[in-house]
Amino acid sequence: MLRLFPAITVIVLLLPVLAGLIGTVAPGFGYFPAVGGTSLSVQPFRDLFDWAGFMPALGLSLRTGLIATAASLIITMVLLAGWHGTRAFRWVERVLSPLLSAPHAAAAFGIAFLIAPSGWIVRALSPWATGWERPPDLLIVQDPGGWAMIAGLVAKEVPFLMLMSLAALPQTAPEHSLRITAALGYGRVAGWFKAIFPRLYARIRLPVYAVLAYSLSVVDVAIILGPNTPPPLAVQVVKWMGDPDLSMRLVASAGAVVQLALVIGVLCLWRLMELAVTHAGLRAIYGGHRMRRDGAVRAAGLGVGAISAGMVIFGLAGLAVWSVAGFWSFPNALPDAISSRSWMRFGPDLLHPLNHTFVIAGAATGIALILTIACLEAEHRHALTPASRSLWILYLPLLVPQVAFLPGLQAITLILGGGTHLGMVVLGHLVFVLPYVFLSLAGPWRQWDARFDTVGAALGVTPNARFWRVRMPMMVAPVLTALAVGLAVSVGQYLPTLLIGGGRIQTITTEAVALASGGDRRVIGVTGLVQTGAAMVGFAAALLLPRMLWHNRRGMRG
Amino acid sequence: MRGLELRDLQITINGAPLVSVNTTVAPGQVVTIMGPSGVGKSTILAAITGSLAPAFRFTGQVILNGTDVTRLPPPARRIGILFQEELLFPHLSVGANLAFGLRRGAKDRRAVIDAALTDIGLPGVADRDPATLSGGQKARVALMRMLLSDPQALLLDEAFSKLDTDLRAQMRDLVFTHARARDLPVLMVTHDHEDAAAAGGPVITL
Repeated sequence: MLRLFPAITVIVLLLPVLAGLIGTVAPGFGYFPAVGGTSLSVQPFRDLFDWAGFMPALGLSLRTGLIATAASLIITMVLLAGWHGTRAFRWVERVLSPLLSAPHAAAAFGIAFLIAPSGWIVRALSPWATGWERPPDLLIVQDPGGWAMIAGLVAKEVPFLMLMSLAALPQTAPEHSLRITAALGYGRVAGWFKAIFPRLYARIRLPVYAVLAYSLSVVDVAIILGPNTPPPLAVQVVKWMGDPDLSMRLVASAGAVVQLALVIGVLCLWRLMELAVTHAGLRAIYGGHRMRRDGAVRAAGLGVGAISAGMVIFGLAGLAVWSVAGFWSFPNALPDAISSRSWMRFGPDLLHPLNHTFVIAGAATGIALILTIACLEAEHRHALTPASRSLWILYLPLLVPQVAFLPGLQAITLILGGGTHLGMVVLGHLVFVLPYVFLSLAGPWRQWDARFDTVGAALGVTPNARFWRVRMPMMVAPVLTALAVGLAVSVGQYLPTLLIGGGRIQTITTEAVALASGGDRRVIGVTGLVQTGAAMVGFAAALLLPRMLWHNRRGMRG
Repeated sequence: MRGLELRDLQITINGAPLVSVNTTVAPGQVVTIMGPSGVGKSTILAAITGSLAPAFRFTGQVILNGTDVTRLPPPARRIGILFQEELLFPHLSVGANLAFGLRRGAKDRRAVIDAALTDIGLPGVADRDPATLSGGQKARVALMRMLLSDPQALLLDEAFSKLDTDLRAQMRDLVFTHARARDLPVLMVTHDHEDAAAAGGPVITL
């Protein structure tokens, strides 16, 4: 029975993606029985290419995706190279979890508030430095160049890449290598990039690809911070998907196919760039430059990292202040009056979507946890060694653009005559929750000292009893952390709810993103804060519960 | 015939021969297996307890008191093992660790456990967190946990290597005394000649 779970898990991951891809691609070539399209045609693509915004939208996606990914990777690596193992780095580790758990939409709203013409940055500089007595008429958020969107992506991707790097680093034993490079006279940053980066990058390649695919196809952050005329391609595809005119679905599907091709193409391009960097890097290593004076690089890394973290933290603080702000005149740093009016007015309306949010997140995370634990336990009991390709399967849902397979899932639901969509929405969330839950739990589970199990067996206890009486209690903390990760991932999902639910299921995240066009800061503040709270509640439990449970078991702490 | 017999036990790793052993440990006797690290000493014990990693295969039989236990599931073999680390379950109290080991059907479990703790010179620690015990105390609890499960043989996998010299001699005495009192065949893996000398039984050098 247990032996079947790895296969079941692979099916749960692959089937929705593959079926969804087929269901999305087919209408792109004219096959969409709902509007009478039953013959193959390239007309949807003609219509897509005829859209005046096509090339600009494609270019925008490409530019923002590449710049955001490259910038995130460089910032992460320079931070690690300059500061890993130092006292300043402990501060980096401390802000990592809150930055990671803040949902994309809330973080994006926070950043929008911060950099807006009436935001804290302009207020802090006005009027003494800028001379502005009223908010300037500048398009900072949703700028045509997409820079606000890039900033929003970088602020969320640096923590993710940092987490993945920190998880992979111990295998490269960086402190040993750095001691050698220092003894050979290399500066910290040069030593790091020449001796550690190549080994580290090989271990975080898949997360980097996931970041790249995500940045090229992101929708919620793009709606909040990205330009409108035209928006990035993925946003336009979602707009067409929601068009009341069903025939627009054909164009949307053609757009989704192009989006998929874009991601595949850019991943190939990135691979070529990796080879070029490898080549250049080898030459640099042969060159033997010590680069001992790297103070400026280190300072810049720390500075940019601090700005990127500060944007999220001050952004969320901004959401909180706006949610309780009465009248707030420019350029005061704080509202003229504090009031609970916004919470009283908008709060009750959020209870219903919040309920949906937790039902979906709870179901998806619960299933993901059961599948993950069953897989890991099967691996342990039957001494299975996972093939390296299994990691690719785990990452597949994170590499394929969401707009390229979620619409197809909805189409399949319609064809199967599914009346209620909640089950399919949960399945859609599960596809994204499962990889994160698995990645979070696999490390601690596999590192567990299996001799505890040998001792249990020698004491005459059966495998199932050992699982419940020894392993699960010892794994409480990592299981709760995986649960928290799963809940946060599900809470933050926008497209699976929107596209599979057909717009009929509201979660806190769909509500929040829908507010982007309105611009009422107080309701955005309340909603964004509730969304952040919903994503973080699991982490609070994961932190507190083991401490309460094991308050008199020193061996269970840390 | 009583005792632990390893009949033509041959272990291979990925198809290549690693180690073979053919011996009988009489009740109350301690047989020592010595040899440099990497020679497969602990692997022999893993084969006996049934926790061999999948890269290893073995032929031959493990016979305990006349019964072939080679194909039995590990919990049914009734072969106890002590490692270098005590491996007390960190989520359970000292008493619960012993209760985990105590065979089913034993009556008055709490009284048995309290008596067992007194027996190893640790009266009244049943409700303590195992992490608060000293190294020597943990080792004694681990021994008693194993003995309470009523094993028919005892394996020692470098069980004394972590302890310093004084404690080591004490712990050795304690283990051997208890094993002899119960007439258990003991198979000890060690790289320390003093352990072998103290055991007083035959020494197999690999």
